[in-house]
Amino acid sequence: MADDLKDLKLELSKNGIFTTTLEELYNWGRKNSVWPLTFGLACCAIEMIATTMARYDLARFGAEVFRPSPRQADLIIVSGTVTKKMAPQVVRLYNQMPEPKYVIAMGACAISGGPFRDGYNVLKGIDRYIPVDVHIPGCPPRPEALIHAFMTLQKKIEEQALRGESRPRHLNANEPSEFPVPAFGAHGLEPAQNDEVFLNEPGNPLRILQ
Amino acid sequence: MSALPTAEDLKAQIEAGVPGTAVTVVPNGSPSAQHSLLLDHGHARAVALFLRDHAEFRLDFCSLVTGVDWLDTELTEKLKVKKMVAGPDGAETEQEVEEVRKTKVPGYLEAVYHLFSMEKKHGPIILRLRTANRTDQTHVPSLTPVWRSCEFQEREAFDLYGIVFDGHPDLRRILMWDGFEDHPMRKDYVPPADDILAAPRPEAHA
Repeated sequence: MADDLKDLKLELSKNGIFTTTLEELYNWGRKNSVWPLTFGLACCAIEMIATTMARYDLARFGAEVFRPSPRQADLIIVSGTVTKKMAPQVVRLYNQMPEPKYVIAMGACAISGGPFRDGYNVLKGIDRYIPVDVHIPGCPPRPEALIHAFMTLQKKIEEQALRGESRPRHLNANEPSEFPVPAFGAHGLEPAQNDEVFLNEPGNPLRILQ
Repeated sequence: MSALPTAEDLKAQIEAGVPGTAVTVVPNGSPSAQHSLLLDHGHARAVALFLRDHAEFRLDFCSLVTGVDWLDTELTEKLKVKKMVAGPDGAETEQEVEEVRKTKVPGYLEAVYHLFSMEKKHGPIILRLRTANRTDQTHVPSLTPVWRSCEFQEREAFDLYGIVFDGHPDLRRILMWDGFEDHPMRKDYVPPADDILAAPRPEAHA
């Protein structure tokens, strides 16, 4: 929104007149009803469960219903080590979610393989196959960190413009909504990364050393 | 509670109880002194049955099966050899000369079994089975027909080390997928190149 419009809005609100835009209203509704998928992989999932319980109460942010079906979920929290055997299933679940959909990579394992990054069976970061919106470091991250990630995601949703080049993926028919599921190969997953998602270039500390 | 005999006594009892078998005691030099018994392939199952059903041992529970990968090694020996050596004046004399001789010891894969007795409350007795080499003769007899609890663990040793257990009822990979070709726990396993991240490993805490 242009600055002069913002000023006008502020001026009007000072005089008791509430104005909004369709974009604001739409994003306000979206950011307060992000339903995560009931999906956990390892010890991070225990922290994720704790986050949803009474003490940390993720319901305050409109995410109280974890949906047991990807068809009803908006957010997949990749909470834990993704093994190579599990990776195709994670991508498949993500593909089954309807747009708009978001990904939080929770913990060191989901980001890079974490303490298991030398393991023969561990995927070195879920962002090799699906686009990640928020990364949270930690092993495991505390519930506060997950809440912070959630608020970061809400901010990201709030700031999305509905028109123009930077509009979200679900409003752009040319953007993909499904991503190729890796196959089990003779020595590892094939392909090892999705080049359209994974930034395998200098500057990414998780790029592949070749 | 009955005490188990020492490894040497056990070897003697097994060889008396199972005719034709040859058991080798593999000593363990550490303070635990848990010596183990190396079995020959032909009598391994008979020995296992003997240990399981023997009235005194009753080793009815196999708690663990694992694999060990022993790489090819090179033995270096220094030998004194008599040789004709040309002296400074050109005349050849017989002298004792030190020679370094290197012999290659082929590696092998090993399956290790830990046995306990639930009935007699004793154990462990450790059995070993060795393959002929690490490449094409990687067979050992399966002990799953004797102890049912070996089934998944022998599959794991097959998956990760490539030890083939003859007589196993359902020998498939258990952790990796069926089309996988490597054996990741072998010491010469090389992970695929795209598994290596550019970021340096964090420094170990001193």
